[in-house]
Amino acid sequence: MTRFSKEILEYLGIDFPSEVSRRKFLKILGGGVVITVSANDLLALQEAPARRRFGRDLPEDFNAFLRVGEDGRVSCFTGKIEMGQGVVTSLAQMLADELEVPLNSVDMVMGDTDLCPWDMGTFGSMTTRFFGPPLRAAAAEAREVLLELAAEKLDVAKDRLEVTDGIVLNTADPEQRVSYAELAGGQTIARRLDRKAVLESVENFTIVGRPVKRMDSVIKVTGEAKFAGDIRREGMLYARILRPPAHGATLGEVDASGIEAVDGATMVVDDELVAVLHATPDGAARAIATVEATWERPELDLDEDSIFEHLLKVAPAAEMLDRGGNLDTGMSESSGEARHTYLDGYVAHAPIETHTAVAEVADGRCTIWASTQTPFRLQTEAAETLGLSEDKVRVIPPFVGGGFGGKTANGQAIEAARLAKRTGRPVQVAWSRAEEFFYDTFRPAAVVKIAAGVGEGGRITYWDYTTYFAGARGAEQFYDIPHHRTTAAPGGWRGGPGTHPFATGAWRAPGNNTNTFARESHIDILAVQAGIDPVEFRLRNLADPKMRRVLETTANRFGWLEVGAPSGRGQGIALGIDAGTFVGLAVEVDVERATGRVTVKRMVCAQDMGLVINPDGATIQMEGCLTMGLGYALAEEVRFSGGEVLDANFDSYEIPRFSWLPEIETVIIDAKKDPPQGGGEPAIIVVGAAIANAIFDAVGARVYRMPMTAMRVKQALKRLDL
Amino acid sequence: MRMETGGAEKKWVGGPLFTFSPLPLFPALCKCYHSPDKPNHSKGGHMTKPVRFSLNGTTTTIEVEENRMLLWVLRTELGLTGTKFGCGEGLCGSCTVLVDGAPERSCQLPMKSVAGRKVVTIEGLAKNGKLHPVQAAFVEHDALQCGFCTPGMILSAHGLLLANPKPTRQQILDHMEDNLCRCGAHDRIVKAIETAAAEMRKGVRS
Repeated sequence: MTRFSKEILEYLGIDFPSEVSRRKFLKILGGGVVITVSANDLLALQEAPARRRFGRDLPEDFNAFLRVGEDGRVSCFTGKIEMGQGVVTSLAQMLADELEVPLNSVDMVMGDTDLCPWDMGTFGSMTTRFFGPPLRAAAAEAREVLLELAAEKLDVAKDRLEVTDGIVLNTADPEQRVSYAELAGGQTIARRLDRKAVLESVENFTIVGRPVKRMDSVIKVTGEAKFAGDIRREGMLYARILRPPAHGATLGEVDASGIEAVDGATMVVDDELVAVLHATPDGAARAIATVEATWERPELDLDEDSIFEHLLKVAPAAEMLDRGGNLDTGMSESSGEARHTYLDGYVAHAPIETHTAVAEVADGRCTIWASTQTPFRLQTEAAETLGLSEDKVRVIPPFVGGGFGGKTANGQAIEAARLAKRTGRPVQVAWSRAEEFFYDTFRPAAVVKIAAGVGEGGRITYWDYTTYFAGARGAEQFYDIPHHRTTAAPGGWRGGPGTHPFATGAWRAPGNNTNTFARESHIDILAVQAGIDPVEFRLRNLADPKMRRVLETTANRFGWLEVGAPSGRGQGIALGIDAGTFVGLAVEVDVERATGRVTVKRMVCAQDMGLVINPDGATIQMEGCLTMGLGYALAEEVRFSGGEVLDANFDSYEIPRFSWLPEIETVIIDAKKDPPQGGGEPAIIVVGAAIANAIFDAVGARVYRMPMTAMRVKQALKRLDL
Repeated sequence: MRMETGGAEKKWVGGPLFTFSPLPLFPALCKCYHSPDKPNHSKGGHMTKPVRFSLNGTTTTIEVEENRMLLWVLRTELGLTGTKFGCGEGLCGSCTVLVDGAPERSCQLPMKSVAGRKVVTIEGLAKNGKLHPVQAAFVEHDALQCGFCTPGMILSAHGLLLANPKPTRQQILDHMEDNLCRCGAHDRIVKAIETAAAEMRKGVRS
């Protein structure tokens, strides 16, 4: 054999710490060159708590691997999933560039728990940041292996070889060439990436950094793309489940006699899960509507207005996140002060695809096709629920029809698995829109209190910040303030039992929307007190050159007029940091004084996100953030009465529509020497604050509570008249 | 039938309350049932009738309860899963199909109302592997992210362009108003529709 065989055997002998990893690995190892990738330090740090929680070991397992097959195609196996954010394209781009193969020769295999290495889930704008570097290194390693093979085959020194589009050629004699496919043929080479490979420098990238169209767009415009609800299995039944009228309600009597009127409907009771199954989804819906039940509802006198008082009452003592200087000194140096409380309501994820799953249990194994951001977490949860070992449960995520954090919870898939086990038939559970609004893990309502002062030269003298239930993300400020303190009620957004009347969870840039709304509103209030224009005021208080550049770029592109607020123009600006990315947004609004109705006319957003893998994809994410952000800023708020969620569909819960569409301009600041940062979330965090500041600039009224509905703007205008 | 539970200690456990009656297996991907014209009474008392309509250019007759909504018949009996369920009340537009060239919410459209009419779903737009200009424009402008609302968006847009080949931007916004997209692809969707309109006017194909 070749001179590599000894090395190969060594690699094969030591690479696989667990049998499961080895088995998974060998299953796909049909020959060719395979490189496994272990977590880089940053990823390991992020994953450690999740791995501990789910009993998975660190650090031996690898996080991804790629294979150059005998047909020359490159397959990348990763536990991440595609839900619209475009990583199916950006990850493939990185591989193609490092390996020097055409982009269309890369196949992405995502989230399949039988084929892909363990992953904690797709959220937090982490895919490109933490997966990018090790994946690129793996691709570089694969290229090295292939170059070594080529050197031997062509009998040419390795440093004389060059690769273009998957073809290795001798630079001295371009006729001497061999393809990756030929090289991979008949080989079984597996390597674990355990050293830093020499990466392509950014200047040599031909695919990364260039705009590329989505790789999944054609199947999405033809209807071929399969989502969980599109999976069909022989004998599959559709389930609808008896639901309580309010969270915390307990079931009394059930009268299911009505389902006899629905031909083919069958009832299944599995502990507290009461379901009706039918061969058609509408048949199941008709049947469940006939089931009558009595419920015991707990007394809970809470709604979207009284919740804030409740939250402050149940909040544990705040803990220190960050401090510096001495607040008393800061207070004594201030000539003006502002103290305000900012409120933010519950917000739904409301993906257009509701939580959906198909489960099949046969021969002691369970397979689940689910719309999920966390396939491996679901694998663990389903195994526990069904009493199976993890390797007997396979989760396959088809395309996910929007997640935004909401599909990190997998209730529908567990329901489907239980019903499939109970009935022995494949079962589909697709939540209705009302169920989606009921069982969603809402972004929590939160309160932020800020006291701050401003002194000589328009410098902020002190900053005292406390956040309750928004979470710490985005709470720490980045201004150059000598005396400051940032505290947060512990327990993050969830708080302890009895905090929220229903489930809460991560919503696109969790916590940061609320924290940035409060911080940047308050900065503007201080600017007004100091009599300084909001942009100039920020510049006076910002030392960080990166943030200054973001601010200046945003203001310049917008055409900011330094006239001080309120100018009547309706211009507003806000800054923020999320997922390592620095972002600035300027907006122009129109406020209808008679009704309080706010129309956003223009948005100019600039961000510094380090090296950009796919500028098209990053721009699309920014546009998506800005458009989606209009919703939480102006309209979105879950209304409830105790544990009863009053919003059940899009007639009362308003999300952004075409008529809301402002003129949007995005700017990605050139920073390709810096490592890539998150792109899926940052631009959404500044929308609320920029609009609040623009409303003030337009009419001189300050709104301290989101969403800034017409009614609340009108109330703020009325306060002016008092 | 009445069942009772008596609090936490008396939960329902054990076997299924109903044994499974032999259910119809996976519904056949029926092209045509040429059944007699007289109505059939099923056990549950629901009437099925043959409904004849044109589906993506093919005459199709299916024996169904005529009050069933087109969305579910497409997705379940006819195997066309490109038409999506989003809200079930005609509020989101994911289930939009064309009926005689006009966009309709298939989740609100009983089978009896499509009898004798022409229904076009997302699967019926591309011809011989060539994308329809509206589909091509959505690809060109990256006018989608998760892709779940996309079939409904494309059919709504197609319906607009059939009725008004040269819409203004405002007319596009007005027409698309009730098609919801959560990913925030609105701006690109508008641009895609403008491009498709221009392409279709050039006579690429209508």
